[in-house]
Amino acid sequence: MNGVAAGVSGLTLRYGAVIALNDVTLDIPSGCMVGLIGPDGVGKSSLLSLLAGARVVQEGDVNVLGGDMRNLKHRNRICPRIAYMPQGLGKNLYPTLSVEENLDFFGSLFGHDKAERERRIVDLLAATGMSPFRDRPAAKLSGGMKQKLGLCCALIHDPDFLILDEPTTGVDPLSRRQFWDLIDRIRGERPEMSVITATAYMEEAARFDWIVAMNAGRVLASGTKQELLERTGASDLDTAFISLLPEEDRDGDATVVIPPRADEMTDVAIEAEGLTQRFGDFVAVDNVSFRISRGEIFGFLGSNGCGKTTTMKMLTGLLEPSEGRARLFGHEVDASDLGVRRRVGFMSQAFSLYSELTVRQNLELHAKLFAMKPEKIPSRVAEMIARFDLADVINNLPDALPLGIRQRLSLAVAMIHGPEILILDEPTSGVDPVARNAFWRILAELSRQDGVTIFVSTHFMNEAEWCDRISLMHAGKVLVSDTAAEITRNKACDTLEDAFVAYLQDAIGETPEVLEPMETNAIAPVSGAGGASEAARQKGFSLQRLLSYSRLESLQLQRDPIRLAMALVGTLLLMIVIGLGINMDVEDLSFAVLDRDQTTTSRSYVADISGSRYFIEQDPLSSYDELDARMRSGDLSLAIEIPPGFAADIAAGRDVSVGAWFDGANTTRANTVQGYVQGMHSAWLSAQARQIYGDAALTGNFELVTRYRYNPDVRSLDAMVPAIIPLLLLMIPAILTTLSVARERELGSIINFYVTPVTRLEFLIGKQLPYIALAMLNFLLMMAIAVTFFAVPFNGDFVGFALAALIYVVATTALGLLVSVFIASQVAALFATAMLTMIPAVSYSGLIDPVSSLSGFGRVVGEIYPTTWFVTAARGAFSKAFGMAELAGPMLAMGISVPVILGLAAFFLSKQAK
Amino acid sequence: MNLKNTFNLGVKELRGLWRDPVMLALIVYAFSLSVWTTANSSPDALSNAAIAIVDEDQSHLSTRISSAFYPPYFVSPRMITAAEMDDRMDQGLDTFAVNIPPDFERDVLGGRSPAIQLNVDATRMSQAFTGGGYIQQIVSAEVSEFVSGHRSETELPVDLALRARYNPSLDPKWFGAISSVIQSITMLSLVLTGSALIREKEHGTVEHLLVMPVTATEIMVSKIWSMGLVVLLGSSFSLLVVVQALMDVPVQGSVALFLAGTALMIFAMTGLGIFLATIAGSMPQFALLLMLALLPLQVLSGAMTPRESMPEIIQNLMLAAPNTHFIILSQGILFRGAGFDVVWPQFLALALIGFVLFQLALVRFRAFLR
Repeated sequence: MNGVAAGVSGLTLRYGAVIALNDVTLDIPSGCMVGLIGPDGVGKSSLLSLLAGARVVQEGDVNVLGGDMRNLKHRNRICPRIAYMPQGLGKNLYPTLSVEENLDFFGSLFGHDKAERERRIVDLLAATGMSPFRDRPAAKLSGGMKQKLGLCCALIHDPDFLILDEPTTGVDPLSRRQFWDLIDRIRGERPEMSVITATAYMEEAARFDWIVAMNAGRVLASGTKQELLERTGASDLDTAFISLLPEEDRDGDATVVIPPRADEMTDVAIEAEGLTQRFGDFVAVDNVSFRISRGEIFGFLGSNGCGKTTTMKMLTGLLEPSEGRARLFGHEVDASDLGVRRRVGFMSQAFSLYSELTVRQNLELHAKLFAMKPEKIPSRVAEMIARFDLADVINNLPDALPLGIRQRLSLAVAMIHGPEILILDEPTSGVDPVARNAFWRILAELSRQDGVTIFVSTHFMNEAEWCDRISLMHAGKVLVSDTAAEITRNKACDTLEDAFVAYLQDAIGETPEVLEPMETNAIAPVSGAGGASEAARQKGFSLQRLLSYSRLESLQLQRDPIRLAMALVGTLLLMIVIGLGINMDVEDLSFAVLDRDQTTTSRSYVADISGSRYFIEQDPLSSYDELDARMRSGDLSLAIEIPPGFAADIAAGRDVSVGAWFDGANTTRANTVQGYVQGMHSAWLSAQARQIYGDAALTGNFELVTRYRYNPDVRSLDAMVPAIIPLLLLMIPAILTTLSVARERELGSIINFYVTPVTRLEFLIGKQLPYIALAMLNFLLMMAIAVTFFAVPFNGDFVGFALAALIYVVATTALGLLVSVFIASQVAALFATAMLTMIPAVSYSGLIDPVSSLSGFGRVVGEIYPTTWFVTAARGAFSKAFGMAELAGPMLAMGISVPVILGLAAFFLSKQAK
Repeated sequence: MNLKNTFNLGVKELRGLWRDPVMLALIVYAFSLSVWTTANSSPDALSNAAIAIVDEDQSHLSTRISSAFYPPYFVSPRMITAAEMDDRMDQGLDTFAVNIPPDFERDVLGGRSPAIQLNVDATRMSQAFTGGGYIQQIVSAEVSEFVSGHRSETELPVDLALRARYNPSLDPKWFGAISSVIQSITMLSLVLTGSALIREKEHGTVEHLLVMPVTATEIMVSKIWSMGLVVLLGSSFSLLVVVQALMDVPVQGSVALFLAGTALMIFAMTGLGIFLATIAGSMPQFALLLMLALLPLQVLSGAMTPRESMPEIIQNLMLAAPNTHFIILSQGILFRGAGFDVVWPQFLALALIGFVLFQLALVRFRAFLR
């Protein structure tokens, strides 16, 4: 312990009204292993993320490796020397990427070349026994392996200061032990490296040179383990920690005493016989058998993903076993037998409470669902409230409660119908020792006084020792079932944990591919690579880091079917839909005639209509009633009535009126029909007039010659398709880039941006590149659809237009990035981007009115918005035969917007969590 | 299926919704403000259209014509030369350019029927049509007034008595309002049920439900009835208060019959909502999927443009979508006053589609829970 690796003083951190760190002052010695202990939510993670530079310092000082962490220059200088592994299994990993791809990404962020990365990956994987899993996606690794991979990713650049946030939570004891051995060996190779790690397992604290105990945002004590034990006079750290707590948090009775079972009840409550569960090739639970008698507390011990939860699901009938049988009270578990479920209470891993219901509503709902008699419910709810001490919080929402109380509520909910069996899946994960002890006292009471059979899974060895019997489980198999004492004695070990590790080693001995023997000096060459370390400290803009983010983004996109579909076919689908939807050229309208004249003249009138391509004649009408009925049913869009004496009246020059009724319900269609009918009526009149009066009849005061330019046939598709392309190339690429950043934020991998040397522009442009490529692909596809499927003529210079499109999509993807800077969740990102990009595009970009006719705010937005210029380019290229020269203006205008948008995005993007 | 469980679970859904301010705001907005604004913003209206005039006559009449264009329909016309015209239209600066030839006034008075050229940028489709008509009327009116009584007309005495039924003044607000209500029904039935399911999955409470004496069918039906009820109440409010009372849109047929049809429509859409949610699995993915699903459902169902204008194959494909039948049904009942004897095929189609979607959703839902 020579010198100080990091120090904080007067450090306070708030999340809104919640104080996470309260005036913390602490020096962390360098070159040794420092442990941060304390339950969940006491500020351990906040402290570590501040040390890693991942979070903005609000109040107080943070000094790491000889400099102030509030100073950006210092952070940039030392960030390649720090490695940070955030809390949560594989939190900073990319789940869809393979082990190798993850490592390769981190290596290239630190500037290693291809060969160097390969060498380091091989070494690290060999050292951690991960070589056989090189191609496996991170999401499919077990908890222990995920953590090892996380460690590999952290170690790939030879850090001087390693920050580990609960690296072993949820990992089996053997993997835990291997993990710490690995750290020890690395420290052996590089003694100058400082390590600080947070843990919820007090047992692990023995390995630490220096321990910091934290509670409620404050440091309770710090020193070596020996010093802490001496100070509190306790024999183990659990007890020491509890006695360090302020008086009011200690809960008086700190110990759990489980009375021996009074009379051994022999009838079997739960029985499993050869239970097996397969998911495809994967065997999650392999031939598990046990018998649990009434009133027993039976513990299930094992790592995350070893099959505990799956076994429990089979016992409760949630899952049909692939093989074998489960019996409760001698009855086979049958998913359709709702009667058995009434005798079982289940508390699943995720505290399964309705966060939108109050404590009382949660209790009442469950009582009703278990079909308790309505008159009994109030008294039972009251009983539960009293027994589980919930009276103070009865009208609160569960989310507002501390974990310990929520856990009591969950148990109360599971107990509401008075079940004879309780199945509890890791009920105490993340709960502080005091609350855990209180919880176990309740379990003891239930078992011993009420004779409830309890089947409970846990990670904690001390809890396992409180059980009547335990099963050790690994990789779907039960290794041993017995009392804790017997298991320890069998392996001739001192502690249950040692015995468990011994059993695990036996089990793994049979399957050697899980762990390769470690090569003795695998780590050495990594740390010896001076040249690469130089590269890791590379300053300024790095194309390599930029491209590594591009590669990461494209790999992730390839493995997400819904986003990929959106990116590839989203624009096409929407283009076809909108193209068809806004087509105003209506054809094939149905019409019928009520011809009361039945002369050649009347027939010629009708023939003009039925001969047009717009109308299809239906059976003639015979009465007004029929006309009424057929129009009402939507059968006819138009009905024509020709009055009696039509021909005779015309011949005699008397006024005569043709009746035309059309369906006005759909006004768009009605307007079109009206136009068609008027047109045909006057055409018929002119033709008749020409017959009667000769050509002179047609002369008017003047003639208005209308030239429909650029679209002489006035086809709506020819007009609209060039306008749809800019809209779709705006909306979808922008949404995709916004999502790509929002996803990182939501899933937590944004931390890699915070703590690695990648700069803001490298990050932004790196993420943008794949989407630019995709947008261009979409552009080409849309062009193909436009000229083939929609048959829109393209008259301009294609190369010039494609170039304009390229500049445009660079701008639109950048717009998405700009929006993403301000938005945290993916759903919000989706809607915000759709709204923020589309409103100016539709209203101010000259789609309907030219920007020149706008005024005020809309005019300003219209003049600078890239869509305005691309709409001009698209219409020009499609309809107005624009060449490169005419397209140059819009291209220049869009080109200017790109650095502005990207610059704003980079300016507002924070390289630390706020 | 245990009705009491289904009821209790549904009440839980309603309580959950009550505590979700964002969703509540969305529901209120979709059934009030959104209906109002969509209906009142008619896309075909001409406003501030950009017009330029090339006046080569410089006569009394040509000046009269030029000054006849003014806001709000047109911007004040820009006077340009013939040489500028093509270039300005190429750049998209003007939508209309009127060219009045030399000696126009003299030729009109001399009965030589001179031609005025109207150039329309037909790439701005909606304006090209309506604007062209307006310009024709305005110019004609000015010219007729100028030469009033100068010439007599020769025409046949045949009049065309055009009558728009069910919406005599062809007020686009009517159709817009109903379309907008239907749009809100579609969107909310999908969003509410889908997100109710995903919320439960993300909180891990689905599993918890399943170990209780409730079945998958009960869970699904509870979501359908509770969220469906909310949408039904919302649409009733929207129709009776917003559309009928506030916007004064007359309703011809039986509101009760329409609401019965709405209930069937909601039944079908909520099934679809659950189906999509099981495919997506998480909120962001669900939202993406919605973007791809909602637009085709709305645009191609006949709510915006007539079904007749779509290709045969699309028309047939869209018969599988509940929206298509619901649009036909609601137009029939609300505008044409059709009774059950007329719209029963749509009721039948909706019931069938709803049943199939429900079964599909149930199968997917069961698999989703595994």
